Amino acid sequence: MKVLVGVKRVIDYNVNIRVKSDGSGVETENVRMSANPFDEIALEEAVRLKEAGICSELLAVTVGDEASQEVLRSALAMGADRAIRIDVTESPQPLNVAALLAAVAREEAVDLVLLGKQAIDDDANQAGQMTAALLGWPQGTFASELTIAEGRARVAREIDGGQQTVELDLPAVVTADLRLNEPRFVKLPAMMKAKKRPIEERTPEALGVDMRPRVERVKVSEPVPREAGVKVADVDELLDKLRNEAGVI
Amino acid sequence: MEREQIEMDVVIVGAGPAGLAAAIRLRQLAQDQGRDDLSVCVLEKGPEVGAHILSGAVIDPRSLDELIPDWRDLKAPLKTPAVDDHFLLLREHGSLRLPTPASLRNEGHYVGSLGNLCRWLGEQAEALGVDIYPGFAAAEVLYDEQGAVRGVATADTGLQPDGTPGPQHEPGVEIVAGRTLLAEGCRGSLSQQVIAAYELDQDADPQTYGIGIKEVWEVDESVHRPGTVVHTVGWPLDARTYGGGFLYHFDERRVSVGFVVGLDYANPNLSPYQEMQRFKTHPEIRRHLEGGRRLSYGARALVEGGVQSCPKLEFPGGMLVGDAAGLLNVARIKGTHTAMKSGMLAAEAVFEHWANASEPAAATGVDRALADSWVWSELRRARNIRPAFARWGLWGGLAYAAADTYLFGGRAPWTFSQHADHEQLQRQSEASPIEYPAPDGELTFPLLSSVHLSNTNHDEHQPCHLRLRDPDVPIQVNLAEFGAPETRYCPAGVYEIVDGDQGPRLQINAANCVHCKTCDIKDPTQNIQWQVPQGGEGPIYSGM
Repeated sequence: MKVLVGVKRVIDYNVNIRVKSDGSGVETENVRMSANPFDEIALEEAVRLKEAGICSELLAVTVGDEASQEVLRSALAMGADRAIRIDVTESPQPLNVAALLAAVAREEAVDLVLLGKQAIDDDANQAGQMTAALLGWPQGTFASELTIAEGRARVAREIDGGQQTVELDLPAVVTADLRLNEPRFVKLPAMMKAKKRPIEERTPEALGVDMRPRVERVKVSEPVPREAGVKVADVDELLDKLRNEAGVI
Repeated sequence: MEREQIEMDVVIVGAGPAGLAAAIRLRQLAQDQGRDDLSVCVLEKGPEVGAHILSGAVIDPRSLDELIPDWRDLKAPLKTPAVDDHFLLLREHGSLRLPTPASLRNEGHYVGSLGNLCRWLGEQAEALGVDIYPGFAAAEVLYDEQGAVRGVATADTGLQPDGTPGPQHEPGVEIVAGRTLLAEGCRGSLSQQVIAAYELDQDADPQTYGIGIKEVWEVDESVHRPGTVVHTVGWPLDARTYGGGFLYHFDERRVSVGFVVGLDYANPNLSPYQEMQRFKTHPEIRRHLEGGRRLSYGARALVEGGVQSCPKLEFPGGMLVGDAAGLLNVARIKGTHTAMKSGMLAAEAVFEHWANASEPAAATGVDRALADSWVWSELRRARNIRPAFARWGLWGGLAYAAADTYLFGGRAPWTFSQHADHEQLQRQSEASPIEYPAPDGELTFPLLSSVHLSNTNHDEHQPCHLRLRDPDVPIQVNLAEFGAPETRYCPAGVYEIVDGDQGPRLQINAANCVHCKTCDIKDPTQNIQWQVPQGGEGPIYSGM
């Protein structure tokens, strides 16, 4: 079985996000970038499928500029067999990404597309669902458990108020939630070997994908800072403030 | 579990200016002399090159000119020439502009971010065939049967807090190398072990240190004067405490503002962090920052001992370079140029030795090369300035510095000795209390909101990387006699005294650590040992 995992290079989850003072976007120059944590979980799951003998070829794919190669190097070090970078300079929108992933999935005749449920930079949570729609494949999103057997994928999904289990015919698209697994540490010797391995390149043109954005970004601004709290003396004062200042009761 | 072994010709610990300059010079020599088979790898504990670098910085490009003469064409991020030097004596009310000492004149120097310069140096090194591995911390020195250093081992990952392997455990890896260069910066954890093991400092004075705390601000266009350099002495410190402030305008409306306190300070009630916050409220500093926004925060210890305190660089199987060897010029408040030059000298000595395939652990003579270089003569001229301040305080120190520079030209026939910082603390009962003003949330900030801007992080499910040699000392000595100074000198709120069932106890919030090493230096009984946590953790500085 052939598995495609999507990995996005995003601002590291430990870094404070800073909006540019002109409101045109988020500061990324000289900012630490790393693989989207949900994508790492998807990758770990695929590596485990490989170790279990279920996955025969693991393909890591990213969409981005040359700097995005570093997330593919880590993917190779973690256990991916091949790495493909689709060369895009402008930050693409979810529909563009989905179209690119769908095109590669078709070209490579993969049986399973494993993605993170969302990227921590735009939190759009769309690429997985759109990829499934474009391919006409079944989808299992927010997976916290994945079992593959007899041409079917069994996915336990995290939903409001509990867990739902769905069974999908392969090929399918599955997106990983936080509890699916805990990714392994990358080993230094594996990293050293990964540095020497080739990274394949594709372009949107060659894949026949229209990259025009469908959504216009008007403005990026920081959240309104939280106002300092006050201490109230008693319940009456609290009720008074809730009623007359906050206007919530 | 058996550890994997990787063989290299040279392993360098630390991707700072010294380590990267050494790596670049090694590969330049290898390519120039048709010896492309020389393998060089750099281990860096930060998650990327530059993430753990913090400096002022006004950089003297002398070594960069020697190493990469066309650095301007290669778009090195040194874009702002220093154009305007101010040297101010601050008083609580008012200030006095003093003549700028020769050592603080910055014509021909550049204001910028050393972190960004290191990122760029890392790219140059990789283009030359150096393998850089950020996120892998060298945690252990490896010795051979003859007692020579034969390499380093990286930290285990996935250990549980009690030190036993957890489900994600991966043992570290041994990097076995012909030469091991320790370029860890000030107070490196492996450098300290090697200095002790080979008594490299037996002919040297104790090393003396400072702690530098820095913020980067984005200021209003109307007050931005790229290339303006301000240094201050005096307020908010008293005349007995060594230290001073800096404020540099560089590109993209950025201003670096920071404060350095000599770690030989005596009053255990002193908080370098609070001094830094108070410093910003002086009208001479405030006017640069008002209306701006603070972008980042960090702290790092620096070496101040000069030539008296320098250990021998060379040990069997390797050498110390840069601030790990204490090569900062404190009179000029600069160490990038000396760190880089020492790395280059080390590279040249190592390469010659490797190319002639002589005995692996034989001495390369790097100490001689350093002594014959401009680094040593520059540091020798500056050697009496810092200890003069320790002896006579601010006024005597300033007077002596002027006399030493202008009358003796740095060639006075005497050398003052240095003292050990951790022995200088007064008992709290003898010390005067210090009242620090509350933060205003615009110019001055509470500690934890600052630490947040360092982007520091550590997995909490691992052994604590701040080791107490004796677990009773924090309460029985530090708290009882000195009022727990670690709760004040730590610029990241790592140390806290909390009330427990059996009375007060020391809580170590290791996840907050910004890897400044101050606790390893200043703890009065040297009870705290700073060790590397698993790789890729600690602060994530950008543009520092």
